[in-house]
Amino acid sequence: MDVGAIDVAFRWVVFSLSGLVAIVASLMMVTRRNPIHSALWLIVAFFSLAVIYLTLHAQFIAIAQVMVYAGAIMMLIIFVIMLIQLEIESTRKGRITGGKVIGAFITVILFLEIGAALFSFPGGASKASGEVATQMGSVASVGIALYGKYLFPFEIASILLLVGLVGAVVLAKRRQE
Amino acid sequence: MLQEIPTSLYFMLSAALFTIGAIGVITRRNAIIVFMCIELMLNGANLAFIAAGSMLGSIDGMVFVFFIMTVAAAEAAIGLAIFVLIFRQKGTINVDEINLLKG
Repeated sequence: MDVGAIDVAFRWVVFSLSGLVAIVASLMMVTRRNPIHSALWLIVAFFSLAVIYLTLHAQFIAIAQVMVYAGAIMMLIIFVIMLIQLEIESTRKGRITGGKVIGAFITVILFLEIGAALFSFPGGASKASGEVATQMGSVASVGIALYGKYLFPFEIASILLLVGLVGAVVLAKRRQE
Repeated sequence: MLQEIPTSLYFMLSAALFTIGAIGVITRRNAIIVFMCIELMLNGANLAFIAAGSMLGSIDGMVFVFFIMTVAAAEAAIGLAIFVLIFRQKGTINVDEINLLKG
């Protein structure tokens, strides 16, 4: 067995493990009644997604996933959950109405449709291999694309963040009557 | 000798995550949990972008995911501020009871 085969086998193991963890964690996130438990399971799902990005050679996005999603956004969500003392849903009769069942059923049909579309898809593994693939997702090459070809969208994204910041401050400020 | 991981598997995983998120949006009534489910759906879309970009040997998928993350961060800040405001006004964030825009 040469080095390349070990690499591929290792990637299979990592992919299957973290994919399983991601699906289980997101299922737990949807089904937990306590919002804090949901938030913590979602963080687990985000971390395993970051590992999956690493198997795709997207190092920069994997780190950004951990910092932006698992760090910043989830911290914000947990803060708001703690600010708002939530009534736990189960105390208000655990109702499963017809509408919810129909909605979930239609969503499962959506999943089957995507699966059917994938069967007619030619497929194939990553085209870039070896050294090229490892270089593709590095911070340097993503940065060159962001500050070169995508400079204008990048600036617009920074304005969007500024607007979001100002909007959040204005919304959360108490108005004195 | 094992084959490389086919991209279809990544697409299936992304579809599964998207579906789980969508089921959560439909069945849960707590606005913050609905919000977290939307974040999970965004992550499913991100995974599809990265898998497609890696399959085509292009960096554009990663750049697109970067912009999606920017939008998600702005959305989180604004959305959570709105939840705090609604909670101050109505004392609940159950999405069935928030009907301020109903005429």
